[in-house]
Amino acid sequence: MSEPAGANPRYTPYHPKWYRRRMPIFWWLGRLSYTRFITRELTSLAVAYTALFLLAALCALAYGEADWTAFLERLRHPGWLAFHAGVLLFLLFHTVTWLGLAPKALVVKLGRRRLPDAAVVAAHYAAWAAASVLVVAFFLWRTG
Amino acid sequence: MRLPREPFFWALFSSGGMLAALVMPALAAVLFFALPLSWLDAGHGALLATFAHPLTRLAVFVLVALSMFHWAHRFRYTLYDGLQLYHLSALIAVLCYGGAAAATLGAAWFLVAFP
Repeated sequence: MSEPAGANPRYTPYHPKWYRRRMPIFWWLGRLSYTRFITRELTSLAVAYTALFLLAALCALAYGEADWTAFLERLRHPGWLAFHAGVLLFLLFHTVTWLGLAPKALVVKLGRRRLPDAAVVAAHYAAWAAASVLVVAFFLWRTG
Repeated sequence: MRLPREPFFWALFSSGGMLAALVMPALAAVLFFALPLSWLDAGHGALLATFAHPLTRLAVFVLVALSMFHWAHRFRYTLYDGLQLYHLSALIAVLCYGGAAAATLGAAWFLVAFP
């Protein structure tokens, strides 16, 4: 054994011969709820991509007007537009699933009663709407 | 006593997830579609002035750093659960958190010098 016990769930100390069914790698394609779970987990790739893309856009912005225009021109290619539509769908899936879990993380007590889950979700959706308006307004700040 | 690392990374994952959930769809819609397709008419000079402001650069840094650590924590478990790479768990953790740390440092270096 080169690994510490417990690092590998397929191995149990002193019981190396217990039968364990091997899961196929695509186990999560078998049922819709599993696929939804893995899709939700994969939205983190879209989050990381958008963060790095923001830096790349700022890079083009800093290089000057010609580079910025060329950068926007390249993004008008149908391939980029299609790819970015997919990224945006993943981001929306992240937002919907994340805000949907908010009542699980945030329990608001009003006296002895609990604020209903729907109210907590609604408050988070309101915050999402406000944040979205702010982001768009921010890009138009100095343009008027 | 050794401090457990998991709550620390979970806090970063959680705050990054909330920030990304609130801000990123609109940000992506602007960056991916509204600016290239000229739905929003934001000129180069105006955008440069907006993003050169210290508070904007701080906001971009926070967004990038938290988003990357959100990715690191979630993607680590995606690989672990989805692909069942149990024997590589230490390597995966190092690559994910290390990648997020590298991106954070790179963003800091870039944003200090911006534009």
